[in-house]
Amino acid sequence: MADLTTSGPAPNLETASQAVADEKELARAARARRDRIARWVLPVLTMVLTILGWEYLVVANEIPHYILPRPSLVLETLVKDWPILSAALLVTLKITFGALAIAVVGGVGLAILFSMSKWVEMSFYPYAIILQVTPIIVIAPLIFIYVDSKIAGLLICAWIVAFFPILSNTTLGLNSADHNLRNLMELYGASERQTLWHLKLPSALPFFLGGLKIAGGLSLIGAIVAEFVAGTGGVGSGLAFRILEASYRLNIPRMFAAIILISFTGILIFAAMSLLSHLLLRKWHESALKREN
Amino acid sequence: MSLAAEAEISQAPLVSLRHIGKTFSNGTVALHDMSLDIQSGEFVSLLGPSGCGKSTVLRIIAGLGHATTGRMTWADGENGPAANAQDHHISFVFQEPTLMPWATVFGNVWLPLRLKGATKAEARDRVMEALAMVGLEAFETAYPRELSGGMKMRVSIARALVTQPRLLLMDEPFAALDEITRFKLNNDLLDLWQRFGFTVIFVTHSVFESVYLSNRIVVMAARPGRVVEDIPVNAPYPRGDEFRTSETYNAFCRTASESLHAAMAGSEDGHG
Repeated sequence: MADLTTSGPAPNLETASQAVADEKELARAARARRDRIARWVLPVLTMVLTILGWEYLVVANEIPHYILPRPSLVLETLVKDWPILSAALLVTLKITFGALAIAVVGGVGLAILFSMSKWVEMSFYPYAIILQVTPIIVIAPLIFIYVDSKIAGLLICAWIVAFFPILSNTTLGLNSADHNLRNLMELYGASERQTLWHLKLPSALPFFLGGLKIAGGLSLIGAIVAEFVAGTGGVGSGLAFRILEASYRLNIPRMFAAIILISFTGILIFAAMSLLSHLLLRKWHESALKREN
Repeated sequence: MSLAAEAEISQAPLVSLRHIGKTFSNGTVALHDMSLDIQSGEFVSLLGPSGCGKSTVLRIIAGLGHATTGRMTWADGENGPAANAQDHHISFVFQEPTLMPWATVFGNVWLPLRLKGATKAEARDRVMEALAMVGLEAFETAYPRELSGGMKMRVSIARALVTQPRLLLMDEPFAALDEITRFKLNNDLLDLWQRFGFTVIFVTHSVFESVYLSNRIVVMAARPGRVVEDIPVNAPYPRGDEFRTSETYNAFCRTASESLHAAMAGSEDGHG
């Protein structure tokens, strides 16, 4: 395989002498090689073309920057306003990761509780669903009425959005431990705590990580939405507030710069969660295994 | 070892089942009035068609299920099913290897000792000894997915043997393996049984496997699950390829096969 990928088009003589019947294999390898390159080149190329087209459109039509700024101006603003934007980003990140941390602890904790007692699950699962299906944008104003601390309010909002996928996935994972392994645990006289630690939690890990991947993005969205609702400036104002502020002042380039920062943060969070998931599962789980075909 | 095992046979049975019945909550009668004595050191096969309750018997002996009626007595004087398989030094091998995919081969075999509080260092010697018994000491750091079906089953057997059980319960352990692997594992299992003198109750639906392995075949019938015949297989160990092709082997296969067919015909009459 390694030889095929590095040597380019294989010399005819060599292939003929080695294996004639492998023409299909070679074609498959060539296709895989093309796909590997295209996977990186195509999105980058599309992105570059989009940005160039955008730049051209704005310049050619003389569109004013308070309606649609050209990409180069957005980039300039990003650099120029970095002190303001980075401070705001830091605030948003703190809320995001704070909420994610509480979502992990709360989601996994509740899932363990649910898996240990069917009655608790029956009693409280509906509340989890209600919290999940009610749009955060309509709950957030209430939360800011009842909670004095703005930070606490933001954390609660982001947590409500983020915890459900972790709770639901982890519950599913804890309940999907192999029944023969459960029997084995029973046979060896394992305590409930030992069964949880040695069997249920490892079984739930892939499910939990799937939930974490979703929750990472959701906690960022939750934090931003809550900031929009909270809407006050001053100390501790995050990216959403900067976006609102810029829109009132028709500072559209800064809006774009802030939006790009948010998207970028979301991508980084997703990448980080995917990496974590890969590192934890690569040795044993089907999802992380590389196969020849 | 096998001499010692034979000497023990005359003593009180290791476990004795008296009039065991099992009815599931949906009304299915899985077992009806089953009585069975297992002598220490025996290799007993429970042979029967699917639905004859052979796995149910195994689970009741292991303490994974409770009998609806009847009594179970152990050699140490205790009655009833095992509250904890450890009490009676029982190990169980399932039809699937039932390994933890997130743990290495070592980690999987360590589990029974770990649950009793043995640290990795404390368990190391015994785990490696058990792995050596099944010829997998070189694979301690491998993950189950890296192993073939036969090797996974070996790990499962090593995990069962690491607790040095007196009674090994096996529920169609080789049914999913190819014939070549199965023959090899049959021989290795017999070798371990002769060396260590534990008792085996082996559930199978293969006449040939039961004759090759056991010194006693208990033929069971379905609907309701019951014992129809108890066939002693008086052929010397060690058994090898010569035994597989011998006249004695064929004769026992014929006897067991006829008994099994009679049992199945009887159930069909009773059922339909």
